[in-house]
Amino acid sequence: MGSLKEATTRDDESGFMATRVNELLNWGRKNSLWPMPLGLSCCGIELMAMIGPKFDIARFGAEAARFSPRQCDVMIVAGTLTWKMAEAARTIYDQMPDPKWVIAMGVCSSSGGMYDSYAVVQGVDSILPVDIYVPGCPPRPDALIDAIMKLQRKIERENPLRRVLEGPQELDESGTGRLDVPANSMVETHSMGTYRTDSGLRKDQYTGRSREKN
Amino acid sequence: MAALKHMLSLGWDEVRETQDRDSMPTLTVDLERLHEALEVLKRDCGFETVTLVTAIDHSPSEPRFELVHQLLSIQNNERLRLCCALRGDHPNAPSCTDLWPGATYMERECWDMFGIQFDGHENLRRLLMPEAYGHHPLRKEFPHQGIEPDRLYREWNRERIQRAEAKTSQEGAGR
Repeated sequence: MGSLKEATTRDDESGFMATRVNELLNWGRKNSLWPMPLGLSCCGIELMAMIGPKFDIARFGAEAARFSPRQCDVMIVAGTLTWKMAEAARTIYDQMPDPKWVIAMGVCSSSGGMYDSYAVVQGVDSILPVDIYVPGCPPRPDALIDAIMKLQRKIERENPLRRVLEGPQELDESGTGRLDVPANSMVETHSMGTYRTDSGLRKDQYTGRSREKN
Repeated sequence: MAALKHMLSLGWDEVRETQDRDSMPTLTVDLERLHEALEVLKRDCGFETVTLVTAIDHSPSEPRFELVHQLLSIQNNERLRLCCALRGDHPNAPSCTDLWPGATYMERECWDMFGIQFDGHENLRRLLMPEAYGHHPLRKEFPHQGIEPDRLYREWNRERIQRAEAKTSQEGAGR
C-alpha cells in the first residue's frame, strides 16, 4: 500500500489506494483477532494477564476476548484438556465461524505435559488443528504475545481469495477447509523474556543483562 | 480409647484396634457389622461427621479391598478411622448415606475409582469419569495411561460427523 496520507489528502481525482485483495483481507484479519479464551487450568491466569493492561494485547488488535464462539476467530486452548472436556472444546471450535485459528498454550495442551494419564488428552492436536504451539508451564504472557505475532505472520501468507475464485475447497481432516496453509506449518521455538539490541545482542527483558550463549 | 471401650462394653468382641503410623486411632470391623458399627459410633460416641470414605486395593492379596471410613467428632475433638476388609474383585458394601448424607459423593467417587458397589445408596453414579467409561481407574490392574482413553470421544466424534453429513445432504436435496 502507498502512503495513506498522500492517498487521502490529495483533492484531485485520487482518494484511492492500490493494493492486492489478499493483502488487504489478510491485513484486516491479522489485526483484529478476537480470542476465544478456553482457560482450562493455570495457563488461564497467564492468558488473563496477557489480555489485561500490563501486557496489553490490544497493541496487536487482539484484546476483544469474547465468551461466545460465534464472535471469535482465534481459539486459545490454555491448560489441561481432559477427554471429558474434549467434546465441549470441539463443539466450541465447530461453532466458531471461518476463518479460525487455534493456539495451543502450554505443554499440557501441546502434548499432555506431565499428565501422562488416562484422563488427559495427549496434545489438543489430536482433536483440533493447531496453528501455534506455545511451550512453558505456564508460558509467560510475553510468550503468548509472541505466539499472536507469529500467528499474524502466518495469516499474512494465507490466500483467502482462493475460496472465492475456485469455490469451496475440499475439506481437510479438521473440516475447516483451510488447505492453503496447512495446520502445524509454523512451529517455532523462541527465547522468552528477551529482546535484541541494535547490535544484535540478546538481552534479558527485565535485568538488561546479556543472555547470549558463550 | 473411649469409643473402643464403649463398643467392647456393648459386646463387640471382634473389634480390633490397630496402630497406624499417623497415630490416628484405627478400628477394624467385619463387613457384616460395618453399618451397625458406624451407627453406634455416630449415636453413642459423638462422631457426627464422616470426613472420608475411600478404599485401598491390596491386589493380589486376598481380601483384596479395604474400605476406610474416617470420622470426626467435633464435640470431643476426636478422630477415628474404621477399616473393613472386602472380599472378591467386585465387592459390595453397605452405604452410610442414611447416617451421613454428606458421604454421597465420596461413595460415588469410591464406586467410580474402585468399583465397589454401595448397597442402599440412592444415586450411585460415577462422579468423575463418564458414565459409559467401563473401567475403574484406581484399581491395580488399570494401566496409568488408561485403556482406550479416547474411545468415548471417538464415538461422539463419529456421530457428530454423521449428523453434519446428514444435514448437508438434506440441504442439497432441498435445493
